Amino acid sequence: MKHRLQFTGKKLIRMALLLLGVSIVTFLLMCASPLDPLQTNVGQAALGTMSPEQIAKLEAYWGVDTPPLTRYLGWLSDVLKGDFGTSLLYRQPVISVIGQRLVSSFWLLLSAWVISGVLGLAMGVIAGAFRGRWPDRLIRGYCFLISSTPSFWLAILLLLIFAVWLGWLPIGLSVPAGMDAAAVTAADRLRHAILPALTLSITGVANIALHTREKMIDVLESDYVLFARARGESEISIILRHGLRNVALPALTLQFASVSEIIGGSVLVEQVFSYPGLGQAAVTAGLGSDLPLLLGITVVTAAIVFAGNLIADLLYGVIDPKIRKGASRG
Amino acid sequence: MEPILQIEHLSVYFTQYEHGPRSSAFQKRQLAAVKDLSLEITPGQIVAVVGASGSGKSLLAHSILGILPYNSHMEGKIRYNGETLTEKKARKLRGKEIFLIPQGVTYLDPLMKVGAQLRKGKKDPETKRRCRSALERYGLGADVEELYPFELSGGMARRVLIASAVTEKPRLIIADEPTPGLDARSAKRILSHFRELADEGAGILFITHDLELALSIADEVAVFYAGETIEKAKAEDFGKPENLRHPYTRALWYAMPEHGFRAVGGLQPYAGDDRKGCPYAGQCTACREDCRTEGQIPLVEYRGGEVRCLHPDEMR
Amino acid sequence: MKNMTQTETNQRRRTVFFLIVAVMILAAVTAAGILTEGCAVETDFSRRNLSPSLQHLFGTDWMGRDMLARTLSGLSLSIRIGILTAAVSAAAALLLGTASVVLGRKADAVISWCIDLVMGIPHILLVMLISLACGRGFTGVVAGVALSHWPSLARVIRGELIQLRQAPYILVAERMGVSKLQNVRRHMLPHLLPQFLTGLILLFPHAILHESSVTFLGFGLSSEQPAIGVILSESMQYLTTGKWWLALFPGLALVLVVALFALLGERVRRLLDPSSAHE
Repeated sequence: MKHRLQFTGKKLIRMALLLLGVSIVTFLLMCASPLDPLQTNVGQAALGTMSPEQIAKLEAYWGVDTPPLTRYLGWLSDVLKGDFGTSLLYRQPVISVIGQRLVSSFWLLLSAWVISGVLGLAMGVIAGAFRGRWPDRLIRGYCFLISSTPSFWLAILLLLIFAVWLGWLPIGLSVPAGMDAAAVTAADRLRHAILPALTLSITGVANIALHTREKMIDVLESDYVLFARARGESEISIILRHGLRNVALPALTLQFASVSEIIGGSVLVEQVFSYPGLGQAAVTAGLGSDLPLLLGITVVTAAIVFAGNLIADLLYGVIDPKIRKGASRG
Repeated sequence: MEPILQIEHLSVYFTQYEHGPRSSAFQKRQLAAVKDLSLEITPGQIVAVVGASGSGKSLLAHSILGILPYNSHMEGKIRYNGETLTEKKARKLRGKEIFLIPQGVTYLDPLMKVGAQLRKGKKDPETKRRCRSALERYGLGADVEELYPFELSGGMARRVLIASAVTEKPRLIIADEPTPGLDARSAKRILSHFRELADEGAGILFITHDLELALSIADEVAVFYAGETIEKAKAEDFGKPENLRHPYTRALWYAMPEHGFRAVGGLQPYAGDDRKGCPYAGQCTACREDCRTEGQIPLVEYRGGEVRCLHPDEMR
Repeated sequence: MKNMTQTETNQRRRTVFFLIVAVMILAAVTAAGILTEGCAVETDFSRRNLSPSLQHLFGTDWMGRDMLARTLSGLSLSIRIGILTAAVSAAAALLLGTASVVLGRKADAVISWCIDLVMGIPHILLVMLISLACGRGFTGVVAGVALSHWPSLARVIRGELIQLRQAPYILVAERMGVSKLQNVRRHMLPHLLPQFLTGLILLFPHAILHESSVTFLGFGLSSEQPAIGVILSESMQYLTTGKWWLALFPGLALVLVVALFALLGERVRRLLDPSSAHE
C-alpha cells in the first residue's frame, strides 16, 4: 500500500511539473507571437467594458513593456489563486468560459470516448479472432482508411449526407438559432450532438482496434488458450472468457492514454458542426488573439490529458491481480 | 486388452508461409515435425515418448487432441477406442475423456482464479463439487480455488494441472513434459500420481526429454530422434545396453548419470531439413553407404521391439 | 531452401516496384500541382458553380475556379510541406533520441520530460499555438507541424538505442575504449537506419493531415493559397446549397495521397525489417 501511494505521489508531482511546463511553453509561444492581443482587440467592446484594473492587469501580462518572466509569474500567482484572467472575446472570466464550454464538450467527448473504446475493443477482438480471414481484412482495411482520413473532412462528409442530403439531423449549432438557450430541450441538444459524436467515434476506433487485435493474437497463441482448448472449451468461450479478460486491461489503459487524440479531434469536429464546446472556443480564441482564454484552455486540456495518463498508469495496479495482490501483501 | 489409443504412421507438418508484399504471393513450405510415428497405449499402461527438446514432441500431443495450430496439419491415422479419432470427435472427447497435462503455470490464464479455470465457466453445484474433490485429491484446499496462477508455488501449480485431469473420469492422459525443472525426488513424486491414474484404468502418454525419468515410470518407451521414432522398447530393455536396438538409444543409455554420464555426440538435425536416409548417419559408428542414400528408413520389428535401422545386426 | 530465396527476391523486387510507382505518382501529383498553380487561382465568372463535367472533372467554385486544378495545387503544397516538416521532425527526433542516450542520465530525464510535455498538449492545439507564435501563414504551419511531431519517433529511437547499448558487441567495444559517441555513430546508428527511415516516412501522413487541419481552422496557409484546408474550409459555406463537389473530391484526393504515403511507409518497413512482417 505504501509503495502504491508513493508511486501515485511521484506521478502526481511529475504531472504538476509537466503542467507547469505546459503553461510556460504556451506562455512563451504567445509572447513570441507578433499578434498583439491589445492591438487586435483595441476598440473592441471587450476592452470598453472592462474595469481599469482589469485592463491594467491585461497590460501587465500581455503588454510589451514588462519582461516575460515577470508577466508569467504574475499570471501564475493569479492562477494559483483561482483566477485565470478575463477573456477578451467573451468578456467573462476565463474560468467561467472554460467551465461552460467544458460542460458542453464533456458529454460529446465522453460518449465518443466510450463508444470508440467499446467499438474498437470489439473490432480488435473480432479481427484477432478471425486473423487473416475476411472480417480481419475488413477491419484492418477500415482502420487503415480511417487513419488516412482527416477528421474534419469526414465531419463535412457526414454533414453532407445526414444534414444536407437526407435532412435527418440539424446542420450545426448546438442551440437552434433564434431560440432562447433556456428553452432548448435535452432532445435538441442530443440531436445536435449526434453527428459530432459519431465523427469522433468513427475516427477514434482505429488505434484501439489495431492494438487490441495484436494483443488478441498474442493471447490466442498463448499456452493458456492452448490448454483451454485442450480441456474442451469452445472457441467462443475461449474468446469471451480468456480473450476478452486478457485484452481488456491493455485496451482500457490505451483508451485512457489516448484522451489527447479525442480532444484534438474535437477541436476540428466542433468547428465543422459549430458545436459550442471547448475545442471551438480554442479556435475562436486563437483566431481572435484571446490569449488569456487560449492559455487557460491549453492548461486545462493538458491537465485532462495528464489525468488520463495517470489513470492509465494507476489502472494496472487496481485491476491486474498480480500488482493488486502483490501490493496488499507486502 | 483393447488399446485405448492407436497411432498409425502419423506425420505432422508445419506449413510455413513465406511472406510476400501481396497476400497472393504467399509461398507455402512444408516442414515435417513428426515423421511416421506409430504407437499403441492400452488402459493402465504408461507409454513414454522420449526425445530432445525441440524435436516436435508437443505437436504429437496437439494432434491427438485435435488442437494443432492453424498452420499445421497431420497425416496418418489416430484411433481412439478402436474408432478413428476425427477432429470433430476429438473436440467432444477432450476435457471429458482425453486430458492434457501441460508443462507449467503458463498454461493457466494469468487473470483467472484457479477454481474458475477448472470449472470452465460452469457454476452448477455438481461441477463445483467435482472440482473441489479433484483438488482435494492432491492435497489442495478450498483456498487454492481463490488463488490466481501467479500465487501458486511451482509444486502447487503442477498439482493443479494434474487435478484438472481428474475433474472427470480420464481414459487417456497426455502428459507433455509435466515435470520440467524439478529435482528427481519431486519429479518422481509427481509421476507417482500418474501411476495411480494408470492403475485406475487410464492410458497415459508421457512425453519427456528425460530418459531416466521415463524409465522410472513407463512400461514402454519410444525414442524420438529428429522427428522420427527410431526405437520402441520395453522399459526392461534398458537394463542392459546390449538389449537396445538403435545406436542413438545406446548413446542415451550411456549418457545417463549412473551409466557414466557420457555426452551424446553430434547435433540433432532439424526435423524439417530435407535430407535423405538415416538422421543418425552422421554420428553412427556402424554407418554404411546405403544408410545415407536410402529414402525413408522403415521401422522394423527386431528382437521384441522395433527399430528404424537398416543394419541393426551390426550393432554388437 | 533455394526456392525460398527465389520467392524472397521476387517479393523484394515487387515491393521495390511498388515503391517506385508510388513515389512516381506522388512526384507527378506534386509536379502537376506546381504547373496548375496558375489555373488554380484563375477566376472566370462565366463558369461559376458548375457541377463536375468532362470539362471540369471536379467542377468549379463560386468564382469559376477549376476545382481539379485547385485540388492538384493543394495536394502539391501539402506534399511539399509534408516532406519538409517530416524531415525536420525526424532529424529532431534522431538528435534528441540519440542525445538522451549518449549524454547521460540528466539529459535523458530532461528530454523524456520534454517528450511527455509535448505529448500532453493535443497535437492540433500545439500546432495552433506554434503557428500563432510564428504569425501564422506558411512559416507558422511549417514550424508548427515540424516542431510537434518528433516525440513519438524520438521515443522509439531512444528505446532502440537503449536496447542496442546492452548488446554484447557494443559492451565489448566500450570496454575496449571506443568512445561513446564513436560507438553510437559507428555501431548503433547503422542499426537504427531501418527504424528511422520507416519512422520518417510514416511521419508524412501525420504531417500532411495536421497541416491541412490547421489550415482548415485558419491558423495555417493564407486563404489566397489553394491549400486543401482552405478549399475545404471555403466549401463549408456552400454545402447547404448542395455544392457537394467542392468538399468531396478535394478531400478524397487528400485521403488517397495520405493513404499512399502510409502504404509506402508500411512497405518500406517490411522491406527493411522483415521480422515485423509476420502476417
